[in-house]
Amino acid sequence: MQTLPKRIKGFSNRLKSFEVNHMKKPHSLSAKEIIEKVRGGELKAEDCVLSIFNRIEEVEGRIHAYVTLTKELALQKARKIDAKVKNGEVLGRLPGVCIALKDNLCTEGILTSCSSRILDGFIPPYNATVVNLLLKEDAIIIGKTNMDEFAMGSSTETSYFGATKNPWDSSRVPGGSSGGSAAAVSAEEAVLALGSDTGGSVRCPASFCSIVGLKPTYGLVSRYGLIAYANSLDQIGPLSRNVYDCALLLNVLASYDPKDNTSIRVPSQDYTQFLVDDISDLKIGIPKEFFGEGIDERVSKIIWESIYTLEKLGATYEELSLPTLRYTLATYYLIAMSEASSNLARYDGIRYGYSIDYDSKNWNEVYSKNRRIGFGSEVKRRIILGTYALSTGYYEEYYLKALKVRTLIRDDFNKAFKKFDVLVGPTMPIPPFKIGEKITDPLSLYLTDLLTVPVNLIGSPAISVPCGFVDDMPIGMQIISPALREDLLLKVAHIHEQNNKFKDYAPKL
Amino acid sequence: MEKVSKKITKKEVEHIAWLAKIELTEDEKNLFTEQFNSILEYFQVIDEVATDKVLPSFHAVDLTGVLREDIVEPSLSREKALANASKKDKGFFKSPKIF
Amino acid sequence: MANNTLNKNVKIGLEIHCQLTNLNTKLFCSCSADYRGKPSNTHLCPVCLGIPGSLPVGNKDAVKDAILVALALESKIMNRLVFFRKNYFYPDMPKNFQISQYDKAGGVPIAIGGHVTIQAGNRKKKVEITRIQIEEDPAKLLHQGSIDISPYTLVDYNRAGIALLEIVTEPCLKSPKEARIFLQKLRAILEHLGVSDGKLEGAMRCDANISHIGGDRVEIKNISSFKEVERALTFEIVRQKSLLSRGIKIKMETRHWDDVRKLTISLRTKEKEQDYRYFPELDIVPITILKEEIEKLRRKMPELPDARWTRFMEKYKLPTYDAGVLTNNKALGDFFEECVKIYPYPKKVSNWIMTDLQRWLHEKNVEISKSKITPQALVSMIRLIDKGIISGKIAKRVLPELIITGKSPEEIVEEQQLLRISSRREIEKLADKVLENNPQAVKDALVDEKAVHYLVGQLMKLSKGKADPQLSNEIMKEKLKSFLNK
Ligand SMILES: [Zn+2]
Repeated sequence: MQTLPKRIKGFSNRLKSFEVNHMKKPHSLSAKEIIEKVRGGELKAEDCVLSIFNRIEEVEGRIHAYVTLTKELALQKARKIDAKVKNGEVLGRLPGVCIALKDNLCTEGILTSCSSRILDGFIPPYNATVVNLLLKEDAIIIGKTNMDEFAMGSSTETSYFGATKNPWDSSRVPGGSSGGSAAAVSAEEAVLALGSDTGGSVRCPASFCSIVGLKPTYGLVSRYGLIAYANSLDQIGPLSRNVYDCALLLNVLASYDPKDNTSIRVPSQDYTQFLVDDISDLKIGIPKEFFGEGIDERVSKIIWESIYTLEKLGATYEELSLPTLRYTLATYYLIAMSEASSNLARYDGIRYGYSIDYDSKNWNEVYSKNRRIGFGSEVKRRIILGTYALSTGYYEEYYLKALKVRTLIRDDFNKAFKKFDVLVGPTMPIPPFKIGEKITDPLSLYLTDLLTVPVNLIGSPAISVPCGFVDDMPIGMQIISPALREDLLLKVAHIHEQNNKFKDYAPKL
Repeated sequence: MEKVSKKITKKEVEHIAWLAKIELTEDEKNLFTEQFNSILEYFQVIDEVATDKVLPSFHAVDLTGVLREDIVEPSLSREKALANASKKDKGFFKSPKIF
Repeated sequence: MANNTLNKNVKIGLEIHCQLTNLNTKLFCSCSADYRGKPSNTHLCPVCLGIPGSLPVGNKDAVKDAILVALALESKIMNRLVFFRKNYFYPDMPKNFQISQYDKAGGVPIAIGGHVTIQAGNRKKKVEITRIQIEEDPAKLLHQGSIDISPYTLVDYNRAGIALLEIVTEPCLKSPKEARIFLQKLRAILEHLGVSDGKLEGAMRCDANISHIGGDRVEIKNISSFKEVERALTFEIVRQKSLLSRGIKIKMETRHWDDVRKLTISLRTKEKEQDYRYFPELDIVPITILKEEIEKLRRKMPELPDARWTRFMEKYKLPTYDAGVLTNNKALGDFFEECVKIYPYPKKVSNWIMTDLQRWLHEKNVEISKSKITPQALVSMIRLIDKGIISGKIAKRVLPELIITGKSPEEIVEEQQLLRISSRREIEKLADKVLENNPQAVKDALVDEKAVHYLVGQLMKLSKGKADPQLSNEIMKEKLKSFLNK
């Protein structure tokens, strides 16, 4: 086992004792442990739910991870699972595991807001495909988590319901846009959570909250029922406190869906089988640009330590250059904003969501007012800029140009993947920043997505795993693989996790 | 090659906001115009990439499109379809007037 | 309206929207497409109601339909099926964008080019097709009274998402009449293909653009049926002509056809310009249209109006004109062929269809397939004439009853006592009455053979057309002879 770097000495009080593991309350257990215990009749699903809700009661006031809690539904589901256990019926693959859902996943009969006022009161008449998959596997949905409005942000500050706080330091952001999901998992208010990742929205908060976050290959997980931000980039991803749990959840999520045209037909597999302790043939590429301009040196240093660890475990590494990385942020934002401007056109307040009283006003006035009041500033900015990028005279110059540069970026990565199995670098260029620090300057916030957006543009998967602390704040390492090589990501993430103690640190709450 | 800096004007912002059906206050118009210009200036970095012979990537990974069979599946009940409507009237969504 | 004087300088292009009415489901979801006459907002799912998170999946048979139409119009079918979003806000739009196709910016319609050959006067004319594309229908809006004073708008989304084919012509039509002839032909083609049933309300709609040489293009939207097209175009041409004659330049604009007041009104309430911001619909993955698939459909192509026309001339020995009329309307052609199956005298059947039947259908403003007359009924009626049970004149009275009531001709004849009077005694009685009432005519008839006809005519009139004409003639002549002999 690797010795802990000096800089996290101050965290020794946060290191959970292995000796008391067997006394852990259910909310602190891993999904793997819960599944085993529930199957074995040692633990009731109902107790898992009660334990989680006790924990939520205890810490939620300081975190604000959730926008909606569904305790009654969770208890009902738990009792059904317990009855199944009692009657010896076949259980799903995630029995008793309490899962939080980002509030951009449609849940039938449960408020779904995207943390936006414009969806005020919206109760979807259907479940997202992933929600049905989870329920089928006897997972328990405990609530909907806070997010940046329509997933537009990296700090969860643009939520209409107010910011979520980083469990490691409540004056700091948890990252975003799946900040509520990451904070909930980190603070043990959920065992697992789903987020969505358009430009880093799973990996960024995973990094900032010191948990595991995976963005799967575009098309591996059905988007049906995921409220779109940028539909050619969006992908649902799991958040967990360890790599094994991440693999367990991915087992359920990765499933072909005829309702999603972009869904990929791949045979279902057990991702936990890839969690083996052998990376002797692994060739790691280190993109220089991931350690260049705009990257906090303290972050770089920590990532390098992890790379050395992987080297010690048998992997080889080599630096490389991805010259097109210089263009990824602009490319990403142009594409994402353009798509968003169209995806968010449907919010006019008539069929669902917020509306002013519209007697005596015509449709144009009502729509324009509803959208003024219903959308927050960041969403408006992106819709208007996206509209601009698609408008006559600018389509070629902005949107189409960005799509062409996207081709070059993909070519650049494909070239790298010919030589390397995975690429490694930081997830975020900087440690978690203060709430309010960047929100007034949109561009400065955009710049924090520098290292996460490339994989969304190329469709590849990437995972963020905890790998240390800077000034007591978590740092995540990002591992990137070619499309549909989640097995590699999980393998590297797992062996990295097994050789340090970061997963055993919990925020002091 | 000399690069001409593109600027978005307040008038353009007004027109685009009209297309996007978002009412803006005067203050917002001014603020957005300023912010858009700094963001667009940043975006102009891609102008330096030569893309004449490059094809656009709409999707990044190879996907195979599929069509569905023409078989009817149950629709939502009217009650459910109308449940989220701001206003409804005798089984219709009640939308604002046209003029 | 003096169409001909307007023709010279006018160019008309049409944009036709045809619902693919043979489909069971909508274009991008599995909701039933059979929405007509159903309670409002009952054919909806998250996809066609634009509920957040829902995703479209294309209907296989819609693409087949589109390919069939492209083959029939001899258009070039593109090898890729790509959808684009057309972005604009309007209360009939569930998503505030329409999934459609586009011929620019990296998009391709399902087919480009092609033509429809029409009979314009006594020559044939090729109407050039620009492109064919697949798109979704918006919802149906209901206004309280006229659109401009309605205090609110009721929306029924049942129609939203129905598969449409947009067929765009080059601006090559020269008159409203030509436009009507073209549309009738197009409708016949679509009906022969079995993809779109034009008699269903709103199944075929049309936008038109009209320009005079030297003037800008004016678009007319909302022409809700093909019947209205000629009227709307004529109105618009006269309007433009009158502006031009007063030296007023025609500006580019979009006008709305008000089919209640029968005039076009300007939609330019705002001076702002719409911008549809077409870009790819990335929720739908482009599909390669295989050559084999196209060839398979080509082999399954049903007989089209032109081929049927030739066949009617050859097989049934019909004159060119008759065969043309009968095949320019699928239902009419089918009706004819059903008749001929049970009564092998094509020309006789055709005569009845071409003249009285058509006239009555037109008068009652009813499609043959919606009227109650059956081929059996028409044939029975002709047989009654053949047998001398009713006269041709009586048959003309029976026919509208067949159309309206759907009863058999025998029933109608029975009910209305239309049987031919062929009893000598009865006709003699009638003749006596005529002779008594027309002393002057009798005098004339005695010297002038021609006046006899008048008297026979009076007899027929008295019998309400039921008297056997031959016998009446005979008897009248006999009676007059006996007068002479007296
Ligand atoms: Zn539907």
